[in-house]
Formats: sequence, C-alpha cells, structure tokens
Amino acid sequence: MTVVAERLVPPEGETQAEPSGRAARVALVLVALAYVGAVVLFMTYDIQGSLSFALELRAKKVLAMTLVGTSLAAAAVLFHTITGNRILTPALIGLDSLYILIQSVAVATWGALTVVRFDERVRFSVAVVIMIAFVLVLNAVFLRRAVTDLPLLVLGGIVLGGMFASMTAFVVRLLDPNEFLILEDLLFASFTLVNEELLVISSIIIVAILLVVVRMRKVLDVVALGRPTAIALGVDYDRVNRRLVVLIAVLVAVPTALVGPVTFLGLLASNATYEMAKTFRHHITVPLAALTAATLLIMAQFILEELFDFATRPSIIVGFVGGIVFIGLVLREVK
Amino acid sequence: MAAVAQVERRSGSWILGLAAASAVLLFFVSIFVGASSASISDVINDRGVARIIFFESRLPRTIAIVLAGSSIAVAGAIMQALTQNRFVSPSTAGTTESAILGVTVVSVFSPAASIGYKMLVATAFALAGTLLFVFFIRRLRSRDIIVVPLIGIMLGAVVQAVAWFIALRYRLLQSLYAWVIGDFSGTIAGRYELLYVVGAITVVAYIFADRFTLAGVGRDFSINVGLNYDRTIVGGMILVSVVAGITVVVVGAVPFWGLIVPNLASLLVGDNQRRLLPLVAAIGAAGLLAADILARTVRYPAEVPVGTIVGVVGGLVFLGILIRSRSS
Repeated sequence: MTVVAERLVPPEGETQAEPSGRAARVALVLVALAYVGAVVLFMTYDIQGSLSFALELRAKKVLAMTLVGTSLAAAAVLFHTITGNRILTPALIGLDSLYILIQSVAVATWGALTVVRFDERVRFSVAVVIMIAFVLVLNAVFLRRAVTDLPLLVLGGIVLGGMFASMTAFVVRLLDPNEFLILEDLLFASFTLVNEELLVISSIIIVAILLVVVRMRKVLDVVALGRPTAIALGVDYDRVNRRLVVLIAVLVAVPTALVGPVTFLGLLASNATYEMAKTFRHHITVPLAALTAATLLIMAQFILEELFDFATRPSIIVGFVGGIVFIGLVLREVK
Repeated sequence: MAAVAQVERRSGSWILGLAAASAVLLFFVSIFVGASSASISDVINDRGVARIIFFESRLPRTIAIVLAGSSIAVAGAIMQALTQNRFVSPSTAGTTESAILGVTVVSVFSPAASIGYKMLVATAFALAGTLLFVFFIRRLRSRDIIVVPLIGIMLGAVVQAVAWFIALRYRLLQSLYAWVIGDFSGTIAGRYELLYVVGAITVVAYIFADRFTLAGVGRDFSINVGLNYDRTIVGGMILVSVVAGITVVVVGAVPFWGLIVPNLASLLVGDNQRRLLPLVAAIGAAGLLAADILARTVRYPAEVPVGTIVGVVGGLVFLGILIRSRSS
C-alpha cells in the first residue's frame, strides 16, 4: 500500500509546475471546450424531421452520458486515491460481475420478456441496493480491523467477482438463445433508451455524493499521500478510507444500474487526466476526469450512431481503447 | 536438524500417499457415477450399452479430469515459485484469459480450424499474455504480495474484455460463456487425447523441479549457483502457457484451481518443488475428481459445469487463505 502510494506523487520536474498549476488550468479549459464541442456536434449533426423531437431525444442522451461519465470518473479517481495505484478500476471489485449476475438470474427465473417489461424503477432500485449492500458487506469483512487493508478488500472483491462470473456462466447456459439476446442487451451499456425519471433520481444521488466529495477535497489530497504521511498530517486515514469505499460504491452502482457496465471508462478518463493535468490535487482531477469521461462517451456514441449504424456499443469502444491504454500504462511503468 | 528433516520427509510422504490413495478411490467412483448406469458386471458381461458408455464416456472423462486437475494445479505451483508470489496463478496473471482470447479469435476468423490449430493459437496467446505479465512485474517497484496478482487480474480483465467484444460482435457471446467454463460432460473418446500432452508436461515440470525451486529463491542467488535464470523463467512460463492453452481448448477454464491447490499443498509440505509438485498433482487430481462427481450428482440426472462448482468453492477457499495470510 505505502509502497505504491509513492507513485501518486507527481514525478520530479512536475512538482515545480504544481504551485501555479498552469498545465492543470489549461487542460481544464481545453477539455471543457472539447466537451462543449462534442455536445454541440452530437446535438445538431444531421437532424432530419422534427427539430424539437430530435433535440429532446439527444439532450436526454447527452445528460445520461454526462452523468455516467462524471460518476464513473469520480469513482476511479477516488479509488486511485485510496489504493495508491492508478491502474485499477473500481468496477472490478465485483460490482460489474454482480450486476451481470443479477440480470442473468432475473432473466433465467422470470424470462427475458417479463424482466424487460418490468417496472424500470424497481429494476433499478433492486440492482443499486444489491450492489451497495455487497460493498457494505465487503467493507465489514475486510476493513473491520483498526488498520484498513485496501489491497485485501480489492482482491477479496475481485475474487467474489470471479465467483459471480462462474455462477453467471452456469445461469447463461440454461438460457434459450433468444432470451440470451435480450440479456445481452442488458449487459452492455446503452444510452439510447434511458428512463427519464430514473435519470433525474440518479442525477440527484450523484450530485449529492459529489457535493460530499467537494467538501472532502482537501482531506483527499492528503489521503493520496499514503497512510503514514496522511496520519502525520492529522487525517484519520482509516475512517476516511472506509467512508470513501462506500461513496465509490454508490458512484459505480448508480450508473451501472442505470445504463449497464462501462468497466474501463473510469480507468481511461482518470489516467488521461493525470497525464494532462500533471497534478493529483482533487479540485482539478475530479472535474477534469469527469469532463474527459463525458466527452469520450459522447464522442464514442456519436461515432457509433453516425459511422457504425449502431452496430456496437460505446462501452465496447471504451473497452478497446481502455485496454490499449492499460497495456501502454503497464509498459511505461516498466521503463 | 537431520532428524527434523527426516520426520518432515516422512510426514510429507504420508500426506502424499493419502492424497494419491484418495485420487485412486475417486477415480473408481468417478467411473461408475453418471446419468446412465454402467456397473462392473454389465461392462464385463457386455450387457446393453454398458461397455460403450464405459469406454467412450466414463473412462475418457475420468482420465481427462485427472490430467487436467493435476496439470493446472502444477502449472499454478510453477508460476508461484517463479514469481515468488503465492497468489499468482494462470487465472490471476492473464494466462487463462489470453488463451480464451486466442480461442475466440480462431473461432471467429477460421471456424473450421482443427482442434490442434486452435490449441496452438490459444497457447501462443497464453504465452504472450503471461510474458507481458512477467515482464511487467519483474520491473515493478512494488512486490506487495497482493498488488502483483491485482495487476495480473487487471491484465486478465482487459484481455477478457477484448475477447467478449469480439464474441459479441460475431454473436458468439453465449457460446463463449458455454465453453469458457470448465466442463467435462462433453469429454468422450476422441475429444480429450490432447490432454496427454499436458500430462507429459507435468512430468517435464517435475524433472526441472529443482531449477524452479532455485529460481524461486531469487534472481541473484540462482545466478550465483549457476542457473540460467532468464531461461528458467521463460521455460517455466512456456510450460504453464501450453497447459493453459490446451486445457482451455479441451475442457474450458477451471477458475482458482492453479491457486488454491498449490497453496493448500504448500501449507502441508513446504515450498521445495520436488516434494511439493507430486502432492500438488495428487491433490489436483483428487480434488477435481471430487468436484466433478459433485457436479454430476448435485442436480442428478442433469449436470452443473464443474467450473461453476470450483469457481464458487475455490473462491471461498481462496478468500479464507487471503484473510488468514493477512491476519498472521
């Protein structure tokens, strides 16, 4: 834990740039412009038929993508802060596999059509509650000791995720191929048909959590320095960590229940952020990562709709790019 | 000192004998458990289809379980020795996922390929993934026992995501789910023989056991005593990758197997590979036989894939080992 934490401290040469934070401010402005550009392009490109209908439909999608991007990016940044390791992604601590298992079991038990026609609010709430309950249990099992041992929690979560995946593989085997096609739709994030009411509820939850994060931003900067330093500076490190795990869980669970898993988005956006901003201060990294993630999603969706005719899903593009970036990060770390 | 070593060795062989005996016992149980009955007397007197069931299905299936169970476990033990980390295994280093990606790629781009060709591609992918992992962790600053497998798991997740997305694109996702999970119900004569290669590799691994033990002590030490360290590492990883490639193609993934079996075995006899590997092989065979018998009886006459049973039970065992290792 402490060993890896040193990696979060900016490498030499970048520390001088820190006080003025110019790179960070420039990056923030540029990415904000990119976001606005992406939104304008997405909203106005090639509108046919009713203008107001198209705009309303597209605005809803933009809102959903911005929310999902913001939430997952913030979750990833916070996760990197508490684990001191920037190549992890929080969805991997069993949350995505749990979501997939919930959907598969539901489809196998009641049939795909029943599940899809079921009240979306109930489906959403059940998925969110189960995912958050899971993280609370993880928290209770792995972090109950006086000293928090986050790597243990992360690996424990991943192992449980592996168990969920094994169960899913069995459940999927029982499904009729036609049923599976409908299930497949639930397993890959889609922004085309997002329930309006749920979008509002999710936004309220996420904004509330983000307000807490904003209030904690200075404590977070200290936590990122690692346990010994943080404690020396007077932060109750272990308590903050336990709280952050729960915040992260909500930040992952809500967007996942809303649209489906976008596992590598947080990883991609947060690492792009660290590169651009050359800082690990949270008042920069969280908004910058959020804007980056939203821009990436909107661009991915735009490319899919206009160039690939909806043949694939934005999470697929994000997965591919995220995978390449991950390998790149790993290889650079090696040097 | 000598006396202690003597006692240890004796208790080690006693444990090995016990594990081997239960493997033999379970071997015979496995042959006579299944949806259709094929008793010994029926087979001997050639009554009904008993003989066909026996020679075409039960015996091949049981042999396949023994070969896969022991070789996957031994592959895990070798990886743990070579990386000096007891939580590294084919399923926590991207090896299995890379093999799965290889099979996916073959299935999409040349679906008519022979099983030997599929196996070759799977092995090549597995090797590439494993070497990437080894390359990475050897230069990693952190040698934290948990951070290293975390990186392997992330690598595996990324590779698996790519496999999934290819499968999704070509409407193969459900099939991918089906053959990714380890399952012996389709093992019949003519479809498992490649596993003998894996069995041979396990024997080769035993011959080189001392080198793996030395390499496991550390790079500088092993070079000092005259071992070609890099060649040993790469050679060991090739063995592991071939095992992963073949077993994934023939039976599918058996999650956590290469992790929990060596960990349990080394709790019993320690880390000397020459004593550890036979026990790992015996426990690997006996354990997977037991899991498969359970898989055949728990929803009798239907079956549960053995990969699911191992995935759930093995996950729990792994969690237990994890928590224990951190609290001590």
